[in-house]
Amino acid sequence: MNSMQIKIEEATKQGKVGLIPFLPAGFPNREQFWKELEELDNAGAAVIEIGMPFSDPVADGPVVEKASLKCLDDGIDLAWIFDGLRKRKGQFKAALLLMGYLNPVYQYGLDTFAADCEEAGVSGLIVADLPYEESGFVKDALAPHGVSLVPLVGLNTSKERMKMYADGASGFCYFVSVLGTTGQRESLPARIKEKLVEAGEVFDIPIALGFGIKHPDQLTQFAGLMDAAVFGSALILHIQSGKSSAEFMEPWK
Amino acid sequence: MIMKKGYFGDFGGQFIPELLMPPLLELEEAMETILPSEEFQTRFINMLKENVGRPSAITYCPNLSKDLGLDLWLKREDLNHSGAHKINNTLGQGLLAKMMGKDVLLAETGAGMHGVATTVAAAMLDMKALIYMGATDIVRQAPNVGRMKLMGAEIVSVESGTKTLKDAINGALRRWLSDQETTHYCFGTAAGPHPFPTLVREFQQIISREARQQFMDRNDGNLPDMVVACVGGGSNAIGMFHHFIPDASVRLVGVEAAGTGEPGCDNSAPLNIGSDGILHGMKTKLLQTDEGQILPSHSVAPGLDYPGVGPEHAHLHATGRADYVTINDSQAINAFKVLSRREGIIPALESSHAVAYAIENKDKLQGKSVFICLSGRGDKDLGILDQIL
Repeated sequence: MNSMQIKIEEATKQGKVGLIPFLPAGFPNREQFWKELEELDNAGAAVIEIGMPFSDPVADGPVVEKASLKCLDDGIDLAWIFDGLRKRKGQFKAALLLMGYLNPVYQYGLDTFAADCEEAGVSGLIVADLPYEESGFVKDALAPHGVSLVPLVGLNTSKERMKMYADGASGFCYFVSVLGTTGQRESLPARIKEKLVEAGEVFDIPIALGFGIKHPDQLTQFAGLMDAAVFGSALILHIQSGKSSAEFMEPWK
Repeated sequence: MIMKKGYFGDFGGQFIPELLMPPLLELEEAMETILPSEEFQTRFINMLKENVGRPSAITYCPNLSKDLGLDLWLKREDLNHSGAHKINNTLGQGLLAKMMGKDVLLAETGAGMHGVATTVAAAMLDMKALIYMGATDIVRQAPNVGRMKLMGAEIVSVESGTKTLKDAINGALRRWLSDQETTHYCFGTAAGPHPFPTLVREFQQIISREARQQFMDRNDGNLPDMVVACVGGGSNAIGMFHHFIPDASVRLVGVEAAGTGEPGCDNSAPLNIGSDGILHGMKTKLLQTDEGQILPSHSVAPGLDYPGVGPEHAHLHATGRADYVTINDSQAINAFKVLSRREGIIPALESSHAVAYAIENKDKLQGKSVFICLSGRGDKDLGILDQIL
């Protein structure tokens, strides 16, 4: 079983929601990034999602885009990410997940990328611009190295398409809670509930809710329908205001 | 070889977030059901005739032909309503969207020509135009911004990234994610995720359908030796090439923008110097770093200023059916002036790249018939020229 699923299920067995914090690699700067990761890990993250910077991040809202582009300006690339993770291999209790867009991974070379993920202790990959139709060659490259391609589904994903994604999926299913880009929102759309029920029927792996999440209170209405929560923009803003990751994680524990 | 859906050889595809797949699938279905319907075809053909002024003329250039020692012909897309080929596509997509039940036409624009053409279509069809434009382009293309506002468009200034066309596309894609139920994304060129490259070609192929017949009517049934068009995203070029592709004797030449022209300068020539990659929903040739980050592009012609190219051109390049060459800013500006002075036709700076190809290569083209797609008129560029000259 993929370690992302194991970690999320460890949390749910204790009656908790699996926590999946997201930070762009190299945020807020090269040195501090690894300290933030350590703090998130110590604060009980089930999975830590690390953003790979890309010049044209179409699925991201303004907060994540701005933070990632700054990291890109600072020279963050895949080699830096893998190098840092290799040095810290085995130090994280949480499972590690990389998130980004296809082109940087494609230029790096899919087979090399998959091998480096395994070597650096990365268990999963999210590619924002890779729908089911185009995903075959990526899954084929990741599989021999035990790396899962995490499926993304949302409010407008039909049950038929969910079934396509569920076939052979491992790790967890990322359920996008809004029709739009990443970023915190005050309220989440009402339709989420019925679509979460549908996703629960289709997927036999944990379901994580993401996009627009800033506070645990938003999640009580979905109790029993989801296993984990992803938060990025709210965490980035929190760190940008000079506060610590540990403090952000406190109300989620 | 079995072609994957939406691929031209190795290029194309649908590299887009899952959340955009439902509207793309909806659009594919509309292409199969609404597009071929008698109602659509009747209304579309009527609009092209009554509103655009099609068929557009072809023009023989007697003075420049004599100067250069070749037979120079122009397909006059500059004579279309709103001044360029763009309206063939926006009226087609606009009508399709209207018949799909959408209320809003969303578009990106660089030079503003596609934004203007989308706004015309929206006004005609009683829809709302929502135009994403880079903050830098809004400043350098002020007259087009004024035209769009006059015809009722809402303009959104894109402040992210390089603040030009590629960022306007990113912004429009994001807006489409959230507004997909009511909004059609009227993509401006034969690029982006499937089905846009095919859909836009479908609306632009009328250029060569007319041009091929018009040329033969004027030349005792003979075909031209060469067909030339400028290539940014590549919609006027794919429209001009399409019906000539089976004619093996006709050489097809796409002209990319070399920018200022010195080695290593920013340019807009991904087919000539780019590499395979994935951007804006398609696998194609891109200007990018070794790490896969997209590089800024440059051309004096804003409509060519894009770091990628439509996937069918990448395929025609790979198979060798079309040749892709480069023309730099100063060669294009020279052609702009020469065509204006010798024939009384002011070409768009984009189209000037195609004209410049004939001028710069006249020695190799002696006695040949060269048929150029004059994709747009140049009035819009006088401000740019004033700054340079």
